[in-house]
Amino acid sequence: MIGQHLPALVVVVPLVAAPLIVLARRGAAGWAIATAASLASFAMAVALLLQVRAAGVISYAIGSWPPPWGIEYRVDAVNAFVLVLVTALAAVVAPYARRSIAAEVPADQQYLCYAMLCLVLAGLAGIAITGDAFNLFVFLEISSLATYVLIALGRDRRALLASYQYLIMGTIGATFYVIGVGLLYLMTGTLNLADLAARIGEVQGSRPVLAALAFITVGLCLKIALFPLHYWLPNAYAYAPSAFTAFLAGTATKVSIYALLRFYFSVFGEAATFGALPMREIFLVLSIAAMFLASLAAVFQDNLKHMLAYSSVGQIGYITLGISLDNQAGLTGSVVHLFNHGITKAALFLLAGALVFRLHSVRFADLAGVGRSMPLTAAGIVVGGLSLVGVPGMAGFVTKWYLVRGALDAGSWAIAFTPVVSSLIALWYVWRFVETAYFRAPSAAAAAAKEAPAILLVPALGLAFACIYFGFDTSFTVGAADAAARTLLGGAR
Amino acid sequence: MSFWSHFSYAVTIALLIAGLYVVIARGNLIKKLIGLSIFQTSVYLLYIAPGKLIGGTAPIVDGKHAVYSNPLPHVLILTAIVVGIATLALGLALVVRIREAYETIEEDEILDADRAADRDGHGA
Repeated sequence: MIGQHLPALVVVVPLVAAPLIVLARRGAAGWAIATAASLASFAMAVALLLQVRAAGVISYAIGSWPPPWGIEYRVDAVNAFVLVLVTALAAVVAPYARRSIAAEVPADQQYLCYAMLCLVLAGLAGIAITGDAFNLFVFLEISSLATYVLIALGRDRRALLASYQYLIMGTIGATFYVIGVGLLYLMTGTLNLADLAARIGEVQGSRPVLAALAFITVGLCLKIALFPLHYWLPNAYAYAPSAFTAFLAGTATKVSIYALLRFYFSVFGEAATFGALPMREIFLVLSIAAMFLASLAAVFQDNLKHMLAYSSVGQIGYITLGISLDNQAGLTGSVVHLFNHGITKAALFLLAGALVFRLHSVRFADLAGVGRSMPLTAAGIVVGGLSLVGVPGMAGFVTKWYLVRGALDAGSWAIAFTPVVSSLIALWYVWRFVETAYFRAPSAAAAAAKEAPAILLVPALGLAFACIYFGFDTSFTVGAADAAARTLLGGAR
Repeated sequence: MSFWSHFSYAVTIALLIAGLYVVIARGNLIKKLIGLSIFQTSVYLLYIAPGKLIGGTAPIVDGKHAVYSNPLPHVLILTAIVVGIATLALGLALVVRIREAYETIEEDEILDADRAADRDGHGA
C-alpha cells in the first residue's frame, strides 16, 4: 500500500531524482525529471495534509525500526502545512526554471541546477517531516550544501563570494545546532524529538539544557537570517540564478523557522523556553529591529533583488515577532506568515527573474519605465509589493491582522503598533519600484524590452494571484495555521 | 568533579573557540576554512568522548563483558564527518573559483575589487 509510505516518499522521490538528473547529463531531461519529482512531492504533501486532517498525527518508522530507536517521520498539523508550502513552491518554480535557467546558466551546467534543486527540495522536505534531531541536521546540511552550489552557479562573479560567505555562516549555524543537539543527547540519551520532549522534564533547567537551548537558538537563527544574523542573505538572494532565488526565498528560511518552533514548543516546551532565559525579550527586540532597520535598508538599495532580499529580512521579523508574543493569535500570525510571505516573496523573485530575462539587469536605473514595455510583469510586482505592505485584501494583511491581535492579547499597544508602522516603510520601498517603473522616462533597455514569455509569466502571476486569493479566502491558510498554533501551544505531539 | 574528569569538555571548548576565532579573525579564505574545520572537529569530540566508558567494550552481548561503550555517537559522528568533508571540499572548490575570478583569496581585496567595479559601473 503506497499511501502508507507517503511520509518517506515525499523526501525520497526528489532525493532519487537528483542522481538520475546527473546521470542524464542533459538540461532538458533534467528539467523534465525535476518537474515531475516536484509535482509528485507536491501531490504527496497534499495527500499527507488531508490524511493528517482526517486521522491526526502520522508516525512513520523508517526501515520499520520502531521509534525511539529508529528514525521516525512524524507528520502533524504544523509540518504538514510547511511541507505543502515547500513542495508547492517547488512545483511552481520547476516549470518556470526551464527558460530562466537557460538564459542565466551556461548550457553545460544546467542539468546540475536541476539536480541541486531536487536536493534542496529533498533536504527542506526532510527537515519539515523528520522527527529525529540528528536526522534534521543531516537534512539541513543536504539542503544547505546544494544551496551553496546553486548560488555559485549565478552569472556574476560575486555569486562565488556570496556562496562562500553563506557556506561559512551556514556551517557555523548548522554546527551550533548540532552542538545543542549533542548536549541534549548527553542529558537525555535520546534523539527522537517526541522522546526528548518526554524525557527533558527530568533535567529541565539544568545548565547543559539551557546551553543547548542557546546553541540551537543561535544556530537556527543564523539559518533563519534573523537580524542581525542576516549578513549572508542579501548577496545570496541577489546573485543566485533567479528561479532558484524565488524557491530559496520562499522556503529555506521558513523551514528553519519551523525547526525553531518545533524545538521551542514541542521539545523544550513553552514554559522552559520562555521561562529560563529572556527569550521573549530577545526575540521582541530583534524582530522589531529587523522590521525597522532591514526594511529601511531595503529602501536604499539600487537593485530590485537586493531590495527584495532586505525586505525578506524585515518580513522575517514579523514571523519572529509572533513567536515572541507566544499566544494563540500571535503564533497563528507567525505560521500564516510563513505561508503568505513564502508565496509573496516567491512571486516577486519570479517576476524579478522575468525582468532579468528581458533586461539582463534589475538595477533601478535600468528598470525605469518598464511598466510600459512589460506591463504584466510590473503589475505583478506591484501586487506582490502590496502584499508585502499588508494592504487589506492581500495575503500580507491577514498576517498583520493576527500579529496585531496577538500583541493586543499580550496586552501591549506599543507592540501592536510596530507592524503597522513598519508597513509604512514597506510602502516606501514598494513605491520606489512603482515610481521607477511607471513615472520615469524609459531607459534604453526598458524601451526595447518585450513582455516576458508566457512560461515565465504564468507561474509568477499565478503566485501573485494567490497573494490576492489568500487575502480574501483565508479558510485554508488561517485554518491550517490556527490548527498548527494550537498544536504547538498545546504541546501535544 | 575535578578538572581531569571534565578534560574532554575543556579540549572541546578550547578547539571550538579557537576554530571560531580563526573563522572570524582571518581574512584569507583558506585560513577561514581551516578554522571552520577545527570548529567542526570540536563537535566530533563533544559527541564521541562521553560515549566511551573506561573498561567498556563493543556492545556485543556475550556474557563475559558487562560494561559496554555507546556506539551511537560514533555512528552519528561518522555522518557528521562526511558532512564536514563535503562542506570543506565545496568550500575549497569555491575558493579555487574565487581565485580564478578575482586573482586573490584575501577577503578585503575581493571586496575592494567589487567596490571598484561598482564605481566603474556607475561611471560608465
